[in-house]
Amino acid sequence: MSKLIGKSVKRVEDKRFITGKGRYTDDIVLPEMTYAYIVRSPYAHARIKKVNTKEAEAINGVVTVFTGKDIQAAGINGVPCGWQVDFKNGDTMKEPPHPLLVADKVRYMGDAVAVVIAESYVIAKDAAELVEVDYDVLEAVVDASLAVKENAPQVHEEAPKNMAFDWGLGDKDKTDKAMAQAQHITTLNIINQRVIPNAIEPRSAIGQYEEAYDKYTLYTSSQNPHLIRLLMSAFVLGIPEHKVHVISPDVGGGFGSKIFHYTEEALVTWCAKQVKRPVKWTAERSESFLTDGQGRDHITKAEMGFDKEGNVVGLRVYTYANLGAYLSTFAPCVPTYLHGTLLQGLYTTPAIYVDVTGVFTNTTPVDAYRGAGRPEATYLLERLMDTAARELNMDPTELRLKNFIPPFDGLQQPGYQTQVALQYDSGNYHAVLERALEMIDYPSLRKEQQHALSQGRYVGIGFSTYIEACGIAPSAVVGALGARAGLYESAQVRVQPTGKVSVYVGSHSHGQGHETTFAQVVADKLGINLEDVEIVHGDSEAVAFGMGTYGSRSLAVGGSAIMKSIDKIIEKGSKIAAHKLEASEEDIAFEDGKWTVKGTDKSLSFADMALTAYVPHDYPAGLEPGMDFSSFYDPANFTYPYGAHIAVVEVDTDTGQVQLKRFIACDDVGNVINPMIVDGQIHGGIAQGVGQALFEVASYDENGQLTNGSYMDYTMPRADDLPSFEVDRKVTPCPHNPLGVKGAGEAGTIGSTPAVVNAVVDALSSLGVKDLQMPLTPENVWTAIQQAQSEH
Amino acid sequence: MVIPIKLTVNGKTYSHEVEPRMLLVHYLREVLRLTGTHIGCDTSSCGACTILVDGKAVKSCTLLAVQADGCEVTTIEGLAKNGELHPLQEGFQEEHGLQCGFCTPGMIMTAVELLHQNPHPSEDEIRHGLEGNYCRCTGYHNIVKSIQYAANKQKS
Repeated sequence: MSKLIGKSVKRVEDKRFITGKGRYTDDIVLPEMTYAYIVRSPYAHARIKKVNTKEAEAINGVVTVFTGKDIQAAGINGVPCGWQVDFKNGDTMKEPPHPLLVADKVRYMGDAVAVVIAESYVIAKDAAELVEVDYDVLEAVVDASLAVKENAPQVHEEAPKNMAFDWGLGDKDKTDKAMAQAQHITTLNIINQRVIPNAIEPRSAIGQYEEAYDKYTLYTSSQNPHLIRLLMSAFVLGIPEHKVHVISPDVGGGFGSKIFHYTEEALVTWCAKQVKRPVKWTAERSESFLTDGQGRDHITKAEMGFDKEGNVVGLRVYTYANLGAYLSTFAPCVPTYLHGTLLQGLYTTPAIYVDVTGVFTNTTPVDAYRGAGRPEATYLLERLMDTAARELNMDPTELRLKNFIPPFDGLQQPGYQTQVALQYDSGNYHAVLERALEMIDYPSLRKEQQHALSQGRYVGIGFSTYIEACGIAPSAVVGALGARAGLYESAQVRVQPTGKVSVYVGSHSHGQGHETTFAQVVADKLGINLEDVEIVHGDSEAVAFGMGTYGSRSLAVGGSAIMKSIDKIIEKGSKIAAHKLEASEEDIAFEDGKWTVKGTDKSLSFADMALTAYVPHDYPAGLEPGMDFSSFYDPANFTYPYGAHIAVVEVDTDTGQVQLKRFIACDDVGNVINPMIVDGQIHGGIAQGVGQALFEVASYDENGQLTNGSYMDYTMPRADDLPSFEVDRKVTPCPHNPLGVKGAGEAGTIGSTPAVVNAVVDALSSLGVKDLQMPLTPENVWTAIQQAQSEH
Repeated sequence: MVIPIKLTVNGKTYSHEVEPRMLLVHYLREVLRLTGTHIGCDTSSCGACTILVDGKAVKSCTLLAVQADGCEVTTIEGLAKNGELHPLQEGFQEEHGLQCGFCTPGMIMTAVELLHQNPHPSEDEIRHGLEGNYCRCTGYHNIVKSIQYAANKQKS
């Protein structure tokens, strides 16, 4: 009786959000609370000569002001990195910690210099303007390809040529040989530009210290409270982990940017102990622009070799990955193990080599942003595919279908071993592309395109067939690759005496709808009502442990942990039922929320089982009372969602304006628990991917000034920039997790960006345009058209 | 310096003395503790703080609290009447028009005025009507459907 899995159940969390009763960090007010305002560097690179806080301290209502010297005196080194990628020659990765407040040298615009704590936010902000900082401004370096040059300014003295690491993956000799023998090589020089995640809720943190209990509490808008607790207590502040309570209440979007342990979290926690009162900090949007972890920023040369039939024979990729001024929590992993390992794509490419140099610059730290590395890999592969098709005079879908890995289910047929370490779990790649082509009626669309061109209208069709790796795992493997944490998940399922069920999950929902999806799984499997299940998350004391939500891992990894606990409940319930029903355990079956003696009408309901477990008067000898199981699940492999995306655009060649007319997506994310929620994830992902293709870029000038750090200047898609999306799916279950799910959070973002850019190039190819760099703003497109025309 | 103000919020009358520079959104959130109205930016670009002032959708970060003196304000907390959700609140739930929920109150309040001015908007008209509100989660696809749901419901 699968009554709930696969149903578009309306979200249970919605009620509080649509009535204004959500509880985000900035909504929380604690007794005696003070407010922090952070003084930030207006320069990207400067020595701090002197900080004068006297005038600020004299303002009525100011509690105190701390500077980098206070943090240094307290012996706090700064926020560490959570992933180690060493140099090819064996040298250790360079990882200077990120100070909570800088004492000596600021390294990006927005680096924190002092914090004012006051009775109100406005007093703190007023006083912050009176903190005088004397800077000696240094030359800055912004571009990663320039930062590695001999005489470039040094961001950190301990990192010569600003290199954090260099890294290679794949068989270089084999690839060089394959490329030398290739009949045709398609080459692209790609700038995968830096973008800013821009969750609409600005980051916020409240620190509290209760001396009588020797207890710290941190409220923070984070995607993974337990990891923040671990990093902050053990590696930053040196305080006992069990004396730290971290709560991430409702969180207003993350997209990766709220995974990381930020300096402000440790700062408010430390300050709260110093001032003996709670301390709240909430970012202004301009601070979010300067300090939230940013995304992408690769400079890449990518070459794909073909034989004369159009089979891919080799792929060679060289990338400079800009990491910003410090290594954020997962920064080294993103351009390496989440990018290089995805370069097989959906193709049978027999030789691949990828080389990545991780570089410090005087810019905001870069880390995972929705997709994290996989969009960069997909972008270069899919741009190469459409470009190669044009050069080889083939249809881009024909070229893809020819090179696709044949279907395999991961059960009867083994997983597909790539050239770049991963083993794909299951897939039918032809099926998603064929379905997407059917959805747009491809032959007719090409005819329409020709017709439009004959009328002087430039319509383009662009493709992207992507694969991604989600639920990064198993822990032993990621440990060998440099992760300093395991990547499992925990879930505790507690059956209450009345048969109601509380589920404590280490995953964190910040829009994904876990309170509904997880409850659907639990209610379905236990045969109880959805209303009888409560999902608890985001609290390090309620939930035993957790690794949080990112990398589309919550259902594949967290859901699997829930399934393990459910199995334990059913098994223990069977023992109780066998006793109560006077049957042997082998004769007991669990179905539809009750245990029955097979072949009889004798049964024990779920609620009666629960009550018996907690009131064990008539109970199996030797069995522990209670019904409460905690499980940890460490996956056997990543999961590999994939899909085919098609963009249809029209370009106004007089202005360079691109209009996205249609967007079609057919994705395969494995089994689906709630189709409505999965579609919603795909929609949102597409919009963010379109945003990067058409609108978004973090513009730094040569001095390291972010020149578009506000919503007035940084363009994100608004409702009238987008069409309604046409989405469908195929289902190839994941063979190695109990729900058969693969993850859907990032798919839309990964697939959509290259489809849009390919479509615009396609629209303009008759004008001689061969390549475009993102974002495809009217200016960039118009300029490319003029250049192509003048070269004609 | 403080200035006395008197206004009606969600049907209840309040009198307070406020600093002249206090924004209306700060008054609602900090003084009245109506935290359903959110702050997403500092440039009046995101629309998360949208409320109704005398029936008109207004970004409450663009008004000073003193400018609302004598006005009738409705926030997201005051939209449901007698425990019954407004058709737009219902629409957002039915059509999955929200994910993280942070932009949602502003979206709904904007849509209230949108439907007031144009009870039967086309998809294009809805999309233009939402130009002042950012959502980073939904791609707007289901927000459009949520508003269409409410428009249809109000029609019937």
